[in-house]
Amino acid sequence: MKNESLYNYVLRLGDDSLILGQRLGEWCGHGPILEEDIAMTNISLDLIGQAMSLLDYAGEIDGNGKDHDALAFLRFENEYQNALLVEQPNGDFADTMMRQFLFDAFRQPLFEKLVHSSDAQLSAIAEKSLKETRYHLKHTSEWIIRLGDGTEESHTRAQKALDNLWRYTDELFSETSADLSLVTSGIVPSMVEIKEVWNKTVHAVFAEATLQIPTNNWQFEGGRRGVHSEHLGYLLADLQYMQRAYPNMKW
Amino acid sequence: MKTLDLQELEKRFQEKVDKEIKIEPNDWMPDEYRKTLIRQISQHAHSEIVGMLPEGNWITRAPNLRRKAVLLAKVQDEAGHGLYLYSSVETLGADREATMDDLHSGKAKYSSIFNYPAVTWADIGTIGWLVDGAAIMNQVALCRCSYGPYARGMVKICKEESFHQRQGYESLVTLCNGTPAQKAMAQDAMNRFWWPALMMFGPSDADSPHSAQSMKWKIKRFSNDELRQSFVDATVPQAEILGLTIPDPNLKWNEERGHYDFSPINWDEFWQVVNGNGPCNKERIDARKKAKENGMWVREAAMAYAEKRAMKKTA
Ligand SMILES: [Fe+2]
Ligand SMILES: [Fe+2]
Ligand SMILES: [Fe+2]
Repeated sequence: MKNESLYNYVLRLGDDSLILGQRLGEWCGHGPILEEDIAMTNISLDLIGQAMSLLDYAGEIDGNGKDHDALAFLRFENEYQNALLVEQPNGDFADTMMRQFLFDAFRQPLFEKLVHSSDAQLSAIAEKSLKETRYHLKHTSEWIIRLGDGTEESHTRAQKALDNLWRYTDELFSETSADLSLVTSGIVPSMVEIKEVWNKTVHAVFAEATLQIPTNNWQFEGGRRGVHSEHLGYLLADLQYMQRAYPNMKW
Repeated sequence: MKTLDLQELEKRFQEKVDKEIKIEPNDWMPDEYRKTLIRQISQHAHSEIVGMLPEGNWITRAPNLRRKAVLLAKVQDEAGHGLYLYSSVETLGADREATMDDLHSGKAKYSSIFNYPAVTWADIGTIGWLVDGAAIMNQVALCRCSYGPYARGMVKICKEESFHQRQGYESLVTLCNGTPAQKAMAQDAMNRFWWPALMMFGPSDADSPHSAQSMKWKIKRFSNDELRQSFVDATVPQAEILGLTIPDPNLKWNEERGHYDFSPINWDEFWQVVNGNGPCNKERIDARKKAKENGMWVREAAMAYAEKRAMKKTA
């Protein structure tokens, strides 16, 4: 492999998009309002599109002729490097919006920086994804505020979602020593900067939404090194079903 | 001011229709015309929304990412059609929420095809090809419907439906040129969806109570049987290209008529499914009801928030 550090970095970006896109796809036809059904499908579509570009690029770096489908469908569970946050179940609409908001608030500054990557292809993918992510973040911020500052019930649900999902946010900013070498060569930004922006965004939105950041700050990690929650296996069972049941066919 | 009597209004209305002048929301129209349109357009809207369910069922299991994206986009289009049609219903003075409640209570109907399960991946291609294909036959004719908003909506919707149909067909081409297992999957889907697709055109002309009046009002342009025949004629050659067998031993070209002959439809099955006894009627309605119930607090929150904002502005 030409560049294992870059491979892992791009694969992680791709896996985050893939798994979250897959999760959102579960909502299709069941959204709380028709307009939101369409909006969630839209975000799912963007994420699946990002996964295709990113996984193709990861395959290219790897140099073993694997395309996005080979990577998306034919790995074992512990080979997926998505963050634990994105594999969490949809729950209710507040859970889904909270998961998406916490993720979008991380992805937007990340793509903003990756646009300036010295790696041309990564920069190009980031540029396209940034446009989509800006729209996603706007949409989810508005919903978090609406739910937090809506009715008593919606506030309770939004707060519960935040309490549950906060534990998975630190992992988004984890960095390996291999990542740090990519930072040094100007290919990727330092996560310290990204976390600063993220913090500002979430604090501002939660303040407006009248939501409290949990005082218990115990944080989970594992997804980035292939150690996942029990939820991922079921998600992959659906995702991989056709490729596993009918191997080596064109669709 | 002298008010025109009803007969005179009806006469003028029919003259307009005969001259192919579109009827617009604020124009006078007979009560029955309004009611017929509300019934028909809301049925159409419900079909779009319920139709999202059998296909949505395969989004998480699509065999590759391109197909997953195509399916997501298709189901999203259907939601958009539903949304557009519900607003068309509103131009006739009906309320969207009330219209949806009629679906949930079983009062309003939707296309019976969506009460059949989508059990394999080949069903997705088959639905695109046959079901969207049958819908297009109906809807192309509706582009010339006398009611302006419906006719105009159909133009855009038809473009998307024909895109869906081509994508569905293309997906079947891949299966039929694939392995024996894939080809068998496609044939199995054809076996299950052929007859329900023909039923989509509704009862035979002789048993279609509203048809004659709808034709006179130019809501409808062709009879159910005419449209069904056009569909069969268009579809048989497409099935031949795929190498799929249509499950009808009596299907054959009739030189004299210039059409394909086909077996009579099982109308018992049709009416059973229409009246709630199809394999998935309960699941479909339950899913829609559940979406509505689970969404209640979301809609309430959005309203409460909007009110708070409005108060802050005036304060
Ligand atoms: Fe449609
Ligand atoms: Fe339609
Ligand atoms: Fe369609």
